[in-house]
Amino acid sequence: MSLIVAENLSKQYITGEITIDALKGLSFEIEPASFISFVGPSGSGKTTLLNLIGCLDAPTAGMLRVSGTDVSQLRGKTAADFRGKNVGFIFQDFNLIPVLTVYENVEYPLLMVQDTPLGERQSRVLSLLDSVGMIEQKDKYPDQISGGQKQRVAVARALVTNPKLVLADEPTANLDHKTAYMVINIMKKMKDESKTSFIFSTHDQKVVGEAEIIYTLEDGELAGKRGKGGDRHV
Amino acid sequence: MFNLFRIAIRNLMRYKRRTFLTASLITIGVVFVLVFIALSGSFKHMMVSQITDSFLGHIQIHQKGYVASIDTLPLTMNMEMQAIKKVKKAISDVPEIEAYSMRIKFGGMFSNFVETTNVRLNGVYPEEEIKTVPLFSDRIMKGKKNIAKGEILVPELLAKGMKVKIGDMIVVVATNKDGSVNGKQFKVGGILESATGPGGRDGYIHIDDALEVLRMDNVAISEVALRLNNFADLDVAHKKLSDILLKELNKTGKPLFEVHTWEKLSPFYNIARMIDLMTFSIKLMLIAIVLISIMNVMIMAVYERIREIGTIAAIGTLPKKILSMFLIEGFSLGVIGTLIGNVIGISIVYILNISKITFDFGRQTGLILEPTVNLSDIFTISTIVIIVSVLASLQPAFKASRMEPIKALRHV
Repeated sequence: MSLIVAENLSKQYITGEITIDALKGLSFEIEPASFISFVGPSGSGKTTLLNLIGCLDAPTAGMLRVSGTDVSQLRGKTAADFRGKNVGFIFQDFNLIPVLTVYENVEYPLLMVQDTPLGERQSRVLSLLDSVGMIEQKDKYPDQISGGQKQRVAVARALVTNPKLVLADEPTANLDHKTAYMVINIMKKMKDESKTSFIFSTHDQKVVGEAEIIYTLEDGELAGKRGKGGDRHV
Repeated sequence: MFNLFRIAIRNLMRYKRRTFLTASLITIGVVFVLVFIALSGSFKHMMVSQITDSFLGHIQIHQKGYVASIDTLPLTMNMEMQAIKKVKKAISDVPEIEAYSMRIKFGGMFSNFVETTNVRLNGVYPEEEIKTVPLFSDRIMKGKKNIAKGEILVPELLAKGMKVKIGDMIVVVATNKDGSVNGKQFKVGGILESATGPGGRDGYIHIDDALEVLRMDNVAISEVALRLNNFADLDVAHKKLSDILLKELNKTGKPLFEVHTWEKLSPFYNIARMIDLMTFSIKLMLIAIVLISIMNVMIMAVYERIREIGTIAAIGTLPKKILSMFLIEGFSLGVIGTLIGNVIGISIVYILNISKITFDFGRQTGLILEPTVNLSDIFTISTIVIIVSVLASLQPAFKASRMEPIKALRHV
């Protein structure tokens, strides 16, 4: 069964008398344990699409099913509950909580969202920090580590609850190329280890190539889909 | 819950200066209120003690209508034997009463054989009087600390005006309730210090002498002053006595007695009420300080952390948990300010106590202030501050919890 099914997915923003069609009738399916990238210029609808998949926003029309749940109608507490159980997030600006250490940032979703017991929490956090190469920095605060390290911590935080899906909106935009490449590779490695699907948006052509499937968005429409080999379908 | 507290404390420590300033403001407020309550409470307690223990007693019983006519000290409204028996029976039924003193109050003429003036006198049983108003003996400035038969305790201003001293002979002339006039010579046994309030400038004689001057065959009492074991039982004892005595009716079917606490008998009660009102106003000011300072800080905290709120909401933190985070932050700020304020406030009260601050009240001089803060005051103030801290955080916390994660994440 597909992890994500979108049918005629549309999103409009209304600002005063102006209506902006951010997404125009998108239909696609994403399989579990995929490594997907949405690419496109600014304003093409990448972030809007990720927000819809992540239940941060609701579509104006169409159907969107994530992990068997119709998420188009989820709001407030139920949406938060769904996100806490099924979706991990990686942000462009890392968005680590500054008053928590690296360890505590990764631990946060288990502690504050899922109420996981201490023993399990410790082993999951330490294991993930080890996987992303941040175990040595576990007691440091976000302002004591580099941007690349922050994003590795964010990857660990996104995966710590064993979500079915991790959404990353421009995860490498604030990183230099070498670090960006490293972060993408860590994401890929984690995808292979945890069988979690990763969907990231980017306009960095150098990291796009690391995705298994690349969707191209233009003006809110799906302009193309290609595999790593370069097959192109619309 | 522990983790919410840990995050709250770290967030407070994130903006150390702001937290310090806000906590300081709360601390100053708590200190101010505690010290004010301690000082005003001490002043009030001392004044009430001075008044009740010097001459008034805690409660007084009179025949109905006597208090309204007290300026004329009407002998026709004294309680006769039957009424006295009823009063004694009622007193014995109220265990809160420690002692009582029966008084015959009357007005008369005071003559030193050269000059004559008017005087208000109390005929009392000395032992009963001293048990009921234990500071009475302290008011005797000169002479024996007692009221012997044939002797009079003269109020100091009267003694000064009439130029009488210990051992001098004087004459008291009074009209009894039948209208006949009688006089009796007294030796000045003591000079009595004036006390603040009605009755504070009366002279005292033995009750047997009062009976003689007034030519009473049987004792007829003007008032019965009562002292309680514990002043805090004032309302309870008053109610019990009233319940018993107000049932007693005269021939016309109206109550035979009236029972008053010191509050109804002394004008100082209004000052005591003003002190209470000022204390209440100070507490209101504290509430305003806490409310405004905490709300200001929490609004700032929410505004500065919008993206952070968006992040934790996006990763699945439920709104009620976000609400709790900010409420606990405000609560912690209130607790910190309260704890420090209590410590400093109690220390200042302790210093005031060892400093032995004196003041004068009316004709009483050199009264030593003994400010005390009791646990109930600390508990009340702390509870008020903490509750107001949480209430002040409620609006910002609610706003944070209702934030749309997508909008919060876009916030710059």
